[in-house]
Amino acid sequence: IMADNGDDDPQYTIKEGDHVVLKRGDIFKAIQVLPKKKVIFEKQWFFLDNAVGQLYSSTFEIVSGNLQPKKPKDTEGSSDAKEAGTDNRHIVDDGKSQKLTRDDIETLKEQGLKGQEIIQQLIDNSSTFRDKTEYAQDKYIKKKKKKYENTVTILKPSCRILAMMYHGREPGKICHLRYDALAQMLTLANIHAGSKVLVFETCAGLVLGSVMERMGGYGSVIQMYPGGGPGRAGMESFGLPAHFHDMLHDFPICHVNALLAGTLDTTAKDQSAGMIFRILAEEKKVKLEEKRKKLAAVASLLEGRNADGLIIASRFHPCPVLMGLLKFLSPSRPFVVHSQYKEPLIECYTKLREQGGTVNLRLTDTWLRHYQVLPNRTHPLLLMSGGGGYLLSGTTVATDRAKPGGSQSIRSFQGTFSNGVQGFPSSTDLPFC
Amino acid sequence: MSFVEYSDFIQDGDVAVVYLGHDSMMPVKVQQGAQTQTRYGVIRHSTDLIGQRYGSKVTCSKGGWVHVLHPTPELWTVTLPHRTQILYTTDIATITMMLELKPGSVVCESGTGSGSLSHAILRTVAPTGHLHTVEFHQQRAEKVAEEFKEHRVGHLVTVRNQDVCKDGFGVTGVADAVFLDIPSPWEAVGHAKAALKRQGGRVCSFSPCIEQVQKTCEALAHQGFEEISPLEVLLRVHDVRTVSLPLPDFGPDASSAQTPPDAREGTPRYGSVALKTTTAPREMPGHTGYLTFATKPRT
Repeated sequence: IMADNGDDDPQYTIKEGDHVVLKRGDIFKAIQVLPKKKVIFEKQWFFLDNAVGQLYSSTFEIVSGNLQPKKPKDTEGSSDAKEAGTDNRHIVDDGKSQKLTRDDIETLKEQGLKGQEIIQQLIDNSSTFRDKTEYAQDKYIKKKKKKYENTVTILKPSCRILAMMYHGREPGKICHLRYDALAQMLTLANIHAGSKVLVFETCAGLVLGSVMERMGGYGSVIQMYPGGGPGRAGMESFGLPAHFHDMLHDFPICHVNALLAGTLDTTAKDQSAGMIFRILAEEKKVKLEEKRKKLAAVASLLEGRNADGLIIASRFHPCPVLMGLLKFLSPSRPFVVHSQYKEPLIECYTKLREQGGTVNLRLTDTWLRHYQVLPNRTHPLLLMSGGGGYLLSGTTVATDRAKPGGSQSIRSFQGTFSNGVQGFPSSTDLPFC
Repeated sequence: MSFVEYSDFIQDGDVAVVYLGHDSMMPVKVQQGAQTQTRYGVIRHSTDLIGQRYGSKVTCSKGGWVHVLHPTPELWTVTLPHRTQILYTTDIATITMMLELKPGSVVCESGTGSGSLSHAILRTVAPTGHLHTVEFHQQRAEKVAEEFKEHRVGHLVTVRNQDVCKDGFGVTGVADAVFLDIPSPWEAVGHAKAALKRQGGRVCSFSPCIEQVQKTCEALAHQGFEEISPLEVLLRVHDVRTVSLPLPDFGPDASSAQTPPDAREGTPRYGSVALKTTTAPREMPGHTGYLTFATKPRT
């Protein structure tokens, strides 16, 4: 019985224009539901039009380039005692056990046989199937299902799903930030509703979108970006409510030094005298003024140097990025930096220890291991080794400024402290390098 | 101060975290007139804490100093008084993302234990979400409820002192996510299903032993959960160190008998090279528990 969605919130229903994620097995693809737009997924082309009005997490069959709702599993492999063998001692793998040829299978496909039916044909035409053990038969069926099933599930996007998708599909685009590493970053940086967070990322907007999802539209996010424009494609895939965009600001890092020095000029200028300004179309003038206003707004958010958190995940050398952007944080606030490589973070760590102003510095990475849990067949799957990147995390503390006149005040105290804390006030800010 | 919202200045009644040095921190209940002993001397709350900025350096009576930090669930996890074994940040971060928690989420949790995960959940679901947490030990339930109040998050959480396996979470059809950290999670899977929204939701069970995981997976499958996904996550800490590697002496170099030794290459023939690298700590946590995630489809 198909669930009736009469009384459901619209949030559970697929609408035109929605950002969704297509799923088959472990393969994901983020896509926007647009009318009469052909999409390609796992070597199949189809239209998404029939999905509109259906519920999220529904599964569809791809039939002649269109989606058809799939009935919930009725005959999901009967568990009656099938004929099976005890071990593989007599099974010879000569590649000849399957009697159907590739052409035969193509013919079946053309005849419109469903995935389940094709698999049954393969089983019937396999000379060794009934000699396989039950477990081997299960495995065989699972494998064929993966190959011949024609289904696609449409999911509502979430950080979890998109992070897994990007890591599986295009890890290079996200600096090889594995989803468990991203999870650590969001928690270590204490991302929560109502705070003011700085984000510097070149992960196609995945990190930005994740931060925004965890803030729920409350507070503000300032995306610092390196030139060109702020990368937002991945963020759009989250399908966040429109009003979340009100909390998002951006600031080009080429203005950071000026902002820190107090020399960034965001005032409206009377440009009526300038020749070029007179020539510019009215529309352009309006756009420039918009831009100026936005820049002035972000600048005022930043110049208080009271941000609550900093997240960095980029292909840039993390050291100068971190040293520069840390200045915008209040004391006692967390920061997290991701790097694909360990050495640049070692450098960051060293510089931070020299400079002072941070505590709880930790250089870490995480390992993630999935398990197959089945009766008598429980074991770990592949171990994802350290390909997820490294994290440097810490907390800011108040920095003492050197007294004007040059000499730092030195406190006298008895003895040294075993924790290595120095008794001197920390040195002044390093310039943005 | 609250565990779900930052503030800038320390106030009477706050819970603050005193940072003493590497891997050494302690929580402090800030109180007018109170004092806290540390190895660097006494901290006088009225003069040293109240009115000071979070993040400030505080000089103690013996002359040494500490920093006072704004509490966060992460700092709480490593400083809270243990009444039970707790979950640490690595697992907590994974759980938070995999359960898709965010502001507004409604979460059911059992057992509450010492409240380590609870605080992290509250931080993530605030200001519009809610946590229903169940703890069968009466004193622990009372203690954690007290802490939620002190940490100014009481309005976001309901603590119930009951047995989740018998009586469930106390709510049905409202949760976006359910978390189980109990000895026999398979006995609570049915209640987890009932607590979750009809439209669907996520579940996670944490168990140290693989046998528990097997039983739980079976129960989840039996109750119609999908995408059953058991995993474990491990944290590796890298200690940054400068190490000194001595250089070997193979004797005088025959081919360059004319050039003096220190003119060659810059590195001395004897002596050592300094290298900035990381080392692994002597022992690293090898296992905390298995995390089993699953999705409840629409029912």
